[in-house]
Amino acid sequence: MLFGFHWDTGHGELVFAWSILPMLLRGLVVTIEASIVGFFIALVIGLIFAVLKDVPLKIISYPAYVITEFFRDTPLLVQLFFLYYVLPDYGIILPAFLTGALALGIQYSAYTAEVYRAGIEAVPKGQHEAAKALDLTASLTFTHIVLPQAVPRVVPAMGNYLVSISKDVPVLSVVTVLEMLNVAKIIGDQTFDYLVPLSMVGGLYLILTIVASAAVRWVDAKLPKTGVPMR
Amino acid sequence: MSEPIIVFEDVVKSFGSHVVLDKLNFTVAPGEKVTIIGPSGSGKSTVLRILMTLEKINQGVITVGGEPLWHERKNGALVPASEAHLRTMRKIFGMVFQQFNLFPHMTVLRNITEAPTAVLGLSKKEARERAEELLEMVGLADQAQKFPRQLSGGQQQRVGIARALAMRPKIMLFDEPTSALDPELVGEVLNVIAKLASEHDLTMLLVTHEMRFAREVSDRVCFFDRGKIKEEGKPQELFTNPKEERTREFLRAVLEG
Amino acid sequence: MHWTEYLPPLLQGAWVTVELTVYSTILGAVCAFAFGIGKLSRNWAIKGFSIVYIEIFRGTSLLVQLFWLYFALPIAGDLIGINLRLPPVAAGVLALGLNIGAYGAEVVRGAIQAVRPSQYEAAKALNFTAQQALWRIALPQAIPEMMPAFGNLAVQNLKDTALASLISLGDLAFRAEQVRNFTQDSTTVYSMILLMYFGMALVLTAIMRLLERSVGRWRGARS
Repeated sequence: MLFGFHWDTGHGELVFAWSILPMLLRGLVVTIEASIVGFFIALVIGLIFAVLKDVPLKIISYPAYVITEFFRDTPLLVQLFFLYYVLPDYGIILPAFLTGALALGIQYSAYTAEVYRAGIEAVPKGQHEAAKALDLTASLTFTHIVLPQAVPRVVPAMGNYLVSISKDVPVLSVVTVLEMLNVAKIIGDQTFDYLVPLSMVGGLYLILTIVASAAVRWVDAKLPKTGVPMR
Repeated sequence: MSEPIIVFEDVVKSFGSHVVLDKLNFTVAPGEKVTIIGPSGSGKSTVLRILMTLEKINQGVITVGGEPLWHERKNGALVPASEAHLRTMRKIFGMVFQQFNLFPHMTVLRNITEAPTAVLGLSKKEARERAEELLEMVGLADQAQKFPRQLSGGQQQRVGIARALAMRPKIMLFDEPTSALDPELVGEVLNVIAKLASEHDLTMLLVTHEMRFAREVSDRVCFFDRGKIKEEGKPQELFTNPKEERTREFLRAVLEG
Repeated sequence: MHWTEYLPPLLQGAWVTVELTVYSTILGAVCAFAFGIGKLSRNWAIKGFSIVYIEIFRGTSLLVQLFWLYFALPIAGDLIGINLRLPPVAAGVLALGLNIGAYGAEVVRGAIQAVRPSQYEAAKALNFTAQQALWRIALPQAIPEMMPAFGNLAVQNLKDTALASLISLGDLAFRAEQVRNFTQDSTTVYSMILLMYFGMALVLTAIMRLLERSVGRWRGARS
């Protein structure tokens, strides 16, 4: 029994599959939640690193560069274990879900930082010059001129990373987060039928990634190429 | 006159709704050097590309050396050509492109020997000898080991000519061979083409804007306009005394510009 | 225990990680070319199969694929009467290779399609067959374009090998778990393997860059 649902192993594969579907769907919800939270954390941390990497002071930009490389080049699983086991030793106790989302956010912050930089760099120099000529402050230039124009270039890549994050969520099962794969594994452990649950998870993932990718393309199409409209 | 080596019969070619060749009738005699001139969009390059089997035709029949090009004879009827038939017919032609299209990852020598070894089955030694002869002929014997990016446009085009000749085609097609070159480099390429024209009895079809050159080298000049041959004749006649108003207009615009 | 005493088991694990990475990257490269070129085939059976392979392995989670091959495949095998029980090594290499191969296939396909059409025309004019044009003209020009993306995929593959520890494969992550369970010294152990993975990634990146340069030698100085 899981999430209050019972599986039915006595009446053949199809009935079994149908009976575990509600459990897997609950797991899917957790998967989606973890993806979104992890994504937002990646967006925030990535933005911080993107800004730090751009600071003219080598003392700040260089470590920022090294740290993002470190996040990018080490496995998510190990980062997750590190957070899960090391943080409590220093008094920080987070629920498993948040630890997992934090690990996802850290792993992907390296990638989102790059996307920010590419997007910002793609805004034509002429825009900066025009802003300067109009005497706009640096922060106004950034928030009202550069950022809105960087967004369309950034959305497709960020959207793809959101989809990638969702495919990394199963790693969180090692710290007991009840996402889809974990649910399937528990069902398999208890019924000895791994084939049906794992295949269903595969199918659900295909649907998830297809829908999510289509959604990203839709948002990208809706967004005007010139930037977020500002009236 | 002996049997024509190329015959276009009522050939129609369109790209979508845009008709580029409009019931074209055109013949070329063996060994003839024909220059095709005309405004852009008149179908000149398309004629060459169709012969090189890079483009299909929509209607009509093209015969090359007595054999249909884009069709084959099956049980007495003409059916669309199979790839095998096209490959047989392709052997007759060699093409020189406006953008040279050399293989950037191969040396000059390799560019020339690759097809003879891979397609004609020549041994490495034979192909190399043939390539060195041709490089000598186009004046690039000492550039054999260079890569295309290390050569000027004129040099690259001369390699392109050598590469096409290495396959010993019977008919050479030149698609605006000097249009992509800086003016100073045009002469060296035209010299090679002129040499080819005078020393070999290759049939040559040349699409170009170089009118003076066309005059020197051609046996016949065809003026194409809107997918049909508007006027054709010996260069001396067509250039000095064009019969059609359209031809006159075109020549005036080109020679003044 | 002193951290240096952790080194022997960890280094053993690191070696397994290296082996895993090498084998799965090779499998991945083979799949990438086979299915990347396959997706461009005019034979609809080959093309369809390639598309299905790419969509499945890119559209689902690697861990799911790994668990499926290790836990579910044997059951499927039993249903049809073949013994499909893969040892952890085989399941690991297979899952990693097929997964990275699907991403690689898209890189291969994209790079081949990016070769200028005029190159194909020149090849046709010289009467190369379509096969000859692909292998002698298109691929040599496409491969340098693929290298940067391949470099990223190789490092990604290295990181992904850590997941094999979850099916009891004795790689670096697995050994780290063992040592941690024994010593409860989480901070030291995990810091060590994080650094070791980082080091391996840097070496791998350097190797890929060398490869990139040697494969693109004919391109000369490029910005």
